[in-house]
Amino acid sequence: MPTWACCEIREATVTNPFDIFLLEAVLNGILLGGLLALLALGLNLIFGVIDVVWICYAELVMVGMYGIWWLHTAQGVPLPAAMLASIGLVAVCGMLLHHYVVSPVLSAEPINQLLVTGGVLFFLQALATVIFGVEFRNVGFRMPSLNLGDMSLSGSRLLAFAVAVTAIGSTWWFLRTTYLGTAIRAISQDRSVMPLMGVNATRIYLLTSALGGGFAGLAACLLVLQYDVHPAIGLSFGPLTFLICVLGGLGNLIGGLVAAFVFAQFISVGGFFLQIEWGYVIAFVFFIAVMFWKPEGLLSRRR
Amino acid sequence: MNARTLAAGLLLLLLLAPWAGLGRYPLHLMVMAVLWAYIYTSWAIMGRLGMVSFGHGAFMGVGAYAVVLSWNLFGVSPWVGALLGIAATIVLAVVIGYPCFRFRIVGHYFALVTLALSEVVRLVIVALRDQTGGSLGITPRSALGGTETYALGALQFDSKVLWFYIMVAFWLLALWVWQRVDRSMTRLALQAISEEEDAAASIGIPVNRSKLAITVLSAVMTCIGGVLYAQYQLYISPETVSGISISLQMVFGAIAGGMFVLLGPTFGAVFLLVLSEVLRVLIGNQAHGVDQLIYGLLLVLFIIFMPEGILGAALKRFSRTPAAVDGATGPGMGAPGKLS
Repeated sequence: MPTWACCEIREATVTNPFDIFLLEAVLNGILLGGLLALLALGLNLIFGVIDVVWICYAELVMVGMYGIWWLHTAQGVPLPAAMLASIGLVAVCGMLLHHYVVSPVLSAEPINQLLVTGGVLFFLQALATVIFGVEFRNVGFRMPSLNLGDMSLSGSRLLAFAVAVTAIGSTWWFLRTTYLGTAIRAISQDRSVMPLMGVNATRIYLLTSALGGGFAGLAACLLVLQYDVHPAIGLSFGPLTFLICVLGGLGNLIGGLVAAFVFAQFISVGGFFLQIEWGYVIAFVFFIAVMFWKPEGLLSRRR
Repeated sequence: MNARTLAAGLLLLLLLAPWAGLGRYPLHLMVMAVLWAYIYTSWAIMGRLGMVSFGHGAFMGVGAYAVVLSWNLFGVSPWVGALLGIAATIVLAVVIGYPCFRFRIVGHYFALVTLALSEVVRLVIVALRDQTGGSLGITPRSALGGTETYALGALQFDSKVLWFYIMVAFWLLALWVWQRVDRSMTRLALQAISEEEDAAASIGIPVNRSKLAITVLSAVMTCIGGVLYAQYQLYISPETVSGISISLQMVFGAIAGGMFVLLGPTFGAVFLLVLSEVLRVLIGNQAHGVDQLIYGLLLVLFIIFMPEGILGAALKRFSRTPAAVDGATGPGMGAPGKLS
C-alpha cells in the first residue's frame, strides 16, 4: 500500500471520532449496561434483604455457565432446557450458600460475611478447575448480529438487554404488588420487628437467596451466549458487579440500574477512544471518586 | 524469660536451616514462606485494627513493577527503583486513605473501595502492555553473566541462601514494627477507633491521622514485599503481584493464621505453603486445583468456627492466662462479648 493512502485513512479516523462507530460504541454500551444491570440485580436484592455481600456472586454465575455447557455439550440436552435447568441449579446453590455459609455468620461482624463468601469464591473456582480443567469452553452457539447501516450490534447483546430489562421490571412488580414481595420489603426495613408480626425471617431469607441465585443463573444463560467459560471468568466481571452495586447504593435496585448504565458507557466509550482496559480504569477511578463524594451511592436512599 | 529463650532458640534454628543440606527446591519454598509471612504480617498490621483492606495487591504491584520497569526501561538501579515505588505507594495510600477516613468509609465499603484500587493498578499494568508486557508479565534484564553470582547494584543474587537471609531480615523487621505499633499510643488509639469511632474522636484521638499513619506504614511494607518478590523471582505478571486474587490471598492468609497475634500471619503463610506442597505430593501434579479447593473450604470453616485463626485459637486454648490472650485478640472479628 502506498504511504499516502495509509496516512489519509489514519487522519480520517483521528480527526473525526464522532462518527458512526462512536454511536455504535454508545449503543453497545447501553446493551452492555442491561447485562451488567441484571448481574447487579441479584446481588443487590440479597444485600437489600439479608444485608450480606456475596463476594462469590460471579462464581455462582460461573456455576450456571458450566451447568449449561455440560448439559448441552456433554449430555446433548437442548440449549433452552439446559438453560432452565441451570437457573434452577444456581437457585439451589444460592439456598445452600445461605443455609450453610451465610446464616452461621449472620450475627457476626459484617466483614466476616464478606470474607466467608470470599472463601466460597476460592472453593468454587478450584472446584471448576478440578472438574472441568482450565480450558475455555463454549456452547458452540452464536447468535446472528443485527446490522443497521454501517453499525453492527450483537444479537446476543440485544437479547441480553431485553431479558435484563424484563427481569428488572418483573422484580420491581413482584416486590411492589405481591404479598411475598411486600414481606421481603418489610423484612429488609426492619429485621427484628417483622418476625414478631408473623413473618418467618428464615424462610424469607432462603427465598431471597434462591431468587438471587436464580438471577445469577439467568445472567449465566445470557453470558454463555457471548463468552467462553473458564474457572477464572468470575474474576473478570465479579469486581465490576460489586462496584456497580456499591455505586448505585447497596440494596437500591434503581440505583444499581443507573450505575450499570453509567459504568457500561465508561467501558464502551472509553474502550472506543483508548483501549478496553482504559475504559475499565476510568470506570473504577470514577467509582472511587463517587465513593468520596457520595459514599451511600449515586441515588442514596438508605439512611 | 522462658519464652524469650525459646524464641531465640527457634530463631537460631531458622537461621541455621539453610545449612542443613537441603536441595534447591526446599530452600526456595522456605524463601517464599518467609516472604509471604512478611507480606501477610504487613497486611495484618492494619487489618487487625479494623481496616480490612482488599487492595494491598495494588501496593505490591506498584513496588514490583516500579523496580522492574525502572531497571528495564531506564537502566535505573532497583535500589532507586524501590525508592520510586515507595514514593508512589505513599502517594497512592494517602490519595485513597485520606478521603476514606475523612468521609468515614469503613467496614465492607472500605474493603470494596480498596478492591477497586487493586483492580485499577492491575488494569493499568495490563493496559500499558507496550512497557509492562501486559498479562504475559515481564522479566528484569539479567545482570548476572557468566561467572558472576551476584550483582549488588542490580539487586540480583544467584544464591538462595542469601535471599533467605534477606527475607528473614525483613520478616523480623515486620515483627519488630508490629511490636512497636503495639506499644505505641497509636495502637491504643486505633483499637479505640475500631471499636467506636465517635467515642474515640470525642476524647481527643486524632482519628484520621492515626488511621492514615498506619495505612501508609502497612502499604509501604507491602510495597517492599513486591520489590523483594520481583528481585527474587525475576519474573512478575499482573496476576501474580496485583489484582483481586493476590489481595484476597493476603487477607485470607493472615486470617487463617490469626491476624490478632504476632506470629499469626506467619503461621498462615507457612500453613498454606505446607498445605499446597503436601497435597501436591499426595495427589500429584495432575489434580490441578485440589489444594485451592481444600484451601477455600478451610477458609469458610475458619471464618465460621474459628474467626481468630489457627494460632489465635490455639493460643487461646492453651494459654494459662486467658485474660492476656483476650487482650491480644483485639477488636473486630471474634472478639468475645461482641456477638451477644
